Amino acid sequence: MPNYAIEVKDISMKFNLSQEKLDSLKEYMIKFIKRQIKYNEFWALKNISFKVEKGDRLGILGLNGAGKSTLLKVIAGVFKPTEGSVIRHGRIVPLLELGAGFDPQYTGKENIYLYSSVLGYSKQFVNEKYDEIVEFSELKEFIDVPLKNYSSGMRSRLGFSIATLVEPEILILDEVLSVGDAKFRKKSENKIMSMFDSGVTVLFVSHSIEQVKRLCNKAIILDHGKLIAQGNIDEVAAQYEEMTK
Amino acid sequence: MNKYIENYKRYRFLLRELVKKGIKLKYRRSYLGIIWTLLEPLLTMAVLTLVFSAMYGNKNRAFPVYILTGRLFYSAFAQGTRFAMKSIRANAGMIKKVYVPKYLYPLSSVIFNYIIFLISLIVLVAVSIILGVYPSLWTLTAVIPLTILFMLTLGIGMILSTFSVFFRDLEYLWEVGLMLIMYTCAIFYDASMLTKTKTDWILKINPLYGLIKCFRDSVYGSSMFEEPYWLLMPLIASIVSLILGFLLFKKNQDKFILHI
Repeated sequence: MPNYAIEVKDISMKFNLSQEKLDSLKEYMIKFIKRQIKYNEFWALKNISFKVEKGDRLGILGLNGAGKSTLLKVIAGVFKPTEGSVIRHGRIVPLLELGAGFDPQYTGKENIYLYSSVLGYSKQFVNEKYDEIVEFSELKEFIDVPLKNYSSGMRSRLGFSIATLVEPEILILDEVLSVGDAKFRKKSENKIMSMFDSGVTVLFVSHSIEQVKRLCNKAIILDHGKLIAQGNIDEVAAQYEEMTK
Repeated sequence: MNKYIENYKRYRFLLRELVKKGIKLKYRRSYLGIIWTLLEPLLTMAVLTLVFSAMYGNKNRAFPVYILTGRLFYSAFAQGTRFAMKSIRANAGMIKKVYVPKYLYPLSSVIFNYIIFLISLIVLVAVSIILGVYPSLWTLTAVIPLTILFMLTLGIGMILSTFSVFFRDLEYLWEVGLMLIMYTCAIFYDASMLTKTKTDWILKINPLYGLIKCFRDSVYGSSMFEEPYWLLMPLIASIVSLILGFLLFKKNQDKFILHI
C-alpha cells in the first residue's frame, strides 16, 4: 500500500455570489419578506479527487480563476469544503500568505511570537529558535521597531523566516519563491531546495510552466474548478502547453 | 472530546499570545498606560458621585462604593461583549489565510477584557477601605458573581460574534442594547426605588443587575443567598447563553469566511 501524504476525496466548494452584499439586518428583513434573496451559486471546485504520495512534488496548473488558490486553501484547512473531505498525514506548512497574523503595532520580536503561535508552534520551540529566526531574516537592528515601519520586503523576510522554521512534512507554495531582494531570494530558494531534498511533500502553484517542470515530478490541471488531467509532469505539462496555445 | 483537548493544547500558546496582544495594545503609546485601567473608573465614580449624591441628597458615605461596584461590573460586561462581537471581523486577515480554531478570537477578547477588569478591582479595594467598608468572610463569596460574570460575557459574546459576521448593523444595535442594560442595572440610583414599584420586573429580567446585587452584598459583607433569585437567575441565564453561544458559533463558523 503506497503511503499517501494527502488524500483529497471528492471535494466541491460552493460560493454564494449574492449580487449585492446583504449585510444589514434591515435589508435582509425587507428582502426576506419580499422573497428577493437571490444567490448566484458558483462552484469554485467541483468533484476533485486525487492523492499525493509522500515525497511527491505536485504542480498545480491552470489558468486564472481555475480554482488553484481555492484548492490550496481547502487543503491548508482555511476553507471547509462544501462537500467531500481532505485527509492530511503530517504537518502542513502553508507558505501562502507570508505574515498573515502580523500586527502592525507590534514590534518585530513580538510578531515573531505572535505569528509562531498562529502557525501552532509551542512557546518553548520559539524560544529555542528565536536567534535563528532573527539571523535568517537579517533584521537584527530592526527587531524592536514596530512592524508598521517595516518595508514590505522586510515584512515578507520575517514571515518567511518564521514559516520555514520547522521541517514540514507537507509544504504548500503559492508563487512565493520571490521574497525580498536578489540576495534574500537566493537564500530562500536554497532553504526551500534543502527542504525538497529532505523528502518533503510539496504542492506548488505557479504560472511559470518552466518552474513547475523544474521543481515537480507530478502535476494536475484545473479548469473552471474541474480536474481535467493528472499524472507525470511531462505528459501533463505537454497537455497544458497545448491548452494555452 | 479528546480531539478538542488536543486541539486546545496545540493552540494554548496562541490563546495566550492573543490575550497578551489585547492587553498590550490597548494602552500602547499612551503615557499612563495600564494606569488608565485604574484611573478611568475612579474618575467616572467621582463624577457620578458628585452628580447623584447632590441630586438625591444622599448622605451615605459608602455611596461611591455602590456606584463603583455597579460601574465596574457593567463596563466589564460591555467591553467584553463589544470586543468579542467585533473579534471575527477584526481578525479577518488572519482567518482568511491560516487555519486557526475560530472560537479563540471571541474567547481571547473576553479573557483580556476580563483581566483588565480584575486589575481595575484594585480601585474598588482601595476606595472601600478608605470609606470604611471593610472586607469580611462574606467577601470571599464575591468569587461566585465574578465567575458567573465571565460565563455570561463569554456566552453573550459568542452569540453576538456569530450574528455580527452576517449582520454588520448589530454593532450599532448592541450599543443601544448596552445603554438599556446600563440604565436598568441600578448603577447610580438606589435599586430599592424600583423594587418597591410595579416596574421591578425591569431589574428582575436583567441578569447583570442580579450579579451586581450579589457582588455588592459580598463587598458590604452580607449574605447574597438570602434572596436566591438574584443569584439563580443570572446563573441560569449565563449557562443558557453559553450553551446557545457555543452551539450557534459551532454551527456557523465555517460560513464566516464567506462573509468577511
